[in-house]
Amino acid sequence: MSKRSLTALTVATALVLAGCGGVGRSGQDGAATLTTMGFGTGDEIAKTRVERANKVIAPATVRIGGNAFDAQQFLSAVASGSPPDLVYLDRQLLGTYAARGTVEPLDSCVANQKIDLKQYRAPALAEVTLDGKLYGLPEFYNNRVMMTNGGAAVNVSDRAGLERTVVELTRRGGDGKLARVGFDPKIPEFLPLWARASGVKMLSDDGKKANLADPKLVEVLEYTVGLLDKQGGWGAVKAFRDSFNFFGEKNPFSQDQLAAFPMEDWYLNVLANMSPNVGLGVTPFTDVQGRPIDWVTGSAWAIPTAGKNKDKACAWIKEMTSSESWIAAAQARANARKAEGKAFTGVYTANAVADQKIFGELVKLDDKPVFDKAVKAVLSAQESAFTMPASPAGSEFKTAWSDAVNRVLSGQQKAADALAQAQREAQQALDRASGGR
Amino acid sequence: MRAAVTAPAKVAAEPDRKERIRRWRKGFRRRETWAAYAFLSPWIIGFLIFMAGPMVASFVLSLTDYDALGSPNLVGWANYEQLLSDPKVAKSLANTVVYSLMVVPGTMIVALALAMVLNRVGTRSAGFFRTLFYLPEVTPKVAVGVLFLMLFNGQVGLINEFLGLFGIQGPAWSTDPDWVKPGLVLMNLWSVGGTVVLYLAALKNVPLDLYEAAELDGASPWRRFRHITLPMISGTLFFTFIVQTIAALQTFDEAYTAFYGSTASATYSSDAALFYLIYLFQQAFQFLHMGYASAMAWLLFGIIMVITLVQVKVSKRFVYYEGG
Repeated sequence: MSKRSLTALTVATALVLAGCGGVGRSGQDGAATLTTMGFGTGDEIAKTRVERANKVIAPATVRIGGNAFDAQQFLSAVASGSPPDLVYLDRQLLGTYAARGTVEPLDSCVANQKIDLKQYRAPALAEVTLDGKLYGLPEFYNNRVMMTNGGAAVNVSDRAGLERTVVELTRRGGDGKLARVGFDPKIPEFLPLWARASGVKMLSDDGKKANLADPKLVEVLEYTVGLLDKQGGWGAVKAFRDSFNFFGEKNPFSQDQLAAFPMEDWYLNVLANMSPNVGLGVTPFTDVQGRPIDWVTGSAWAIPTAGKNKDKACAWIKEMTSSESWIAAAQARANARKAEGKAFTGVYTANAVADQKIFGELVKLDDKPVFDKAVKAVLSAQESAFTMPASPAGSEFKTAWSDAVNRVLSGQQKAADALAQAQREAQQALDRASGGR
Repeated sequence: MRAAVTAPAKVAAEPDRKERIRRWRKGFRRRETWAAYAFLSPWIIGFLIFMAGPMVASFVLSLTDYDALGSPNLVGWANYEQLLSDPKVAKSLANTVVYSLMVVPGTMIVALALAMVLNRVGTRSAGFFRTLFYLPEVTPKVAVGVLFLMLFNGQVGLINEFLGLFGIQGPAWSTDPDWVKPGLVLMNLWSVGGTVVLYLAALKNVPLDLYEAAELDGASPWRRFRHITLPMISGTLFFTFIVQTIAALQTFDEAYTAFYGSTASATYSSDAALFYLIYLFQQAFQFLHMGYASAMAWLLFGIIMVITLVQVKVSKRFVYYEGG
């Protein structure tokens, strides 16, 4: 069978399996319609920037394609020869597609559009740089900080002390069921934060060597699982947590269902909207020496290699991530919050220039000291930010360590065994991805 | 010796086959034959394009390192060799087989019990109940997956609340690996409506005079069920047994939605719910190992084929076909 026939059959297979169509056509002329995947215009932060970016490439237009990034949809589109002009995805996933040549290095885009890379935060750029080449322009900058409820005093650096605190903060109802989670360590998802706090890098700086069997990481996992065991075990904590109304007025803070947890900064926004009078305390997460530490993640815009309107796509994402667009979007949200009589806690972006203006001029929380303090704590944590390196097998690496934690949480494996298995799986995937197809 | 025994049979079969081929060819002289094929053509074309074509393609891809993004390179049988050493293939296969062993008999027993109850109620109310039982069948599987997490929540789920009424402390259905599969089986029983309808139709076809004769002979209800009902509906039971087995071995939707579908659920995924098709899907679309995933698909195809052949073989002893 010829390569051409094989490709045609594959395309048919992919389309049938995926059950989805293409992503629309874009022309080469000035009035082209660009398509995107993985991005939605659900709020004023997105809408304001999209309006500005659209003006930059007019008369060309952009058709925004729906929702969160869907690997199956993206693959089907690429395999069928009709990829979107732009894709918006988790920065941790970008390396996987970059290593396979599916997304374009942005060197010429940066040069042609004269994009000032200095405006972006260095850790975010590192996340989208593989083998020295930039593959995406970073958007948000999600920080992880400690959040406490009702004045709970929690010191994550004092590991022995934290074990006692967890027990003190946990509450049970008359029926013996959990009534308040004392401290949620947020594993598996925050394992990299706990690991770095103990001095462990789970992945080498070049993103090609896994370090999941490190004895210190085993200790970290045993310790964090132990924190959950002190509150009734993973099953009880997760079942109770699954019952939380996380985004509503009856959130776990207002209902006193949760005393403390490390959390992403966007939750400040939820609490400011839903429970402005909650007894919130925010501090940077600290390592075992008591130094602030902040694991940052976020999303990025990338341009598929087979895209048909690369210049316009580049101009569009330049504007989407520019400081001016972020500031305009933040202003729109500030106005919206003001009209609702609610606090604006800011937007944490990967654009340092934008953040300076947003938090220097637009965020006014003098009348909300709790949130004012919280925002300042996040900004101070940002000074100690780290990111996971870009990796050619980002998805498999994450699945390997995440599954390992879940096996320990459910009692199927000991921490050492689970992480040893994860190390084998992750390294095998990294070796295969690094060695090309 | 064997050759001597089989040779005459072979000789006898040869003219038969030739005659059949001759008759088949002759049939094309008639307009009706062409009309019949014209009516069949949508299915034939659909089968060739959407089933046979992709199957051939997936077999070819299973011999390559295709990643869905670049050109495939031939790797011979390497993907099949890797299947043997991949612990997750064994794990997901074991999960799938255990689940199938629970869900297939469970579905058949519950569906048969419901069908027998429905068979006894009046005609008007039977229509209402048939519709009622069939409704979950049209509920999207994804919705059922989400429902699973809500109903089976260890702390506030309705199932454990109900068990609590009897002083039973329900398990952590969604996190305890020992209870994940039983929970999914219970959830699957929610949609037995299609099987109920089939059984009901089969039950309606059992001649009443058989029951009357047995009753006159003093047969107990159990003996009537054992010696009349079961044999008379064994063809339908066998059909659902095969279909349910294949469906169970290909289970995906509910477990994927509950444990892998969203970023949040994938974060807390359970190895106990890692069914074969979920792992295949991960390999194909999450890790971009389309060649390996194709090999996995062919392994599953082979397993299903063998199981079905065994079922067909065994069925000859247990299935009664009227007039057959």
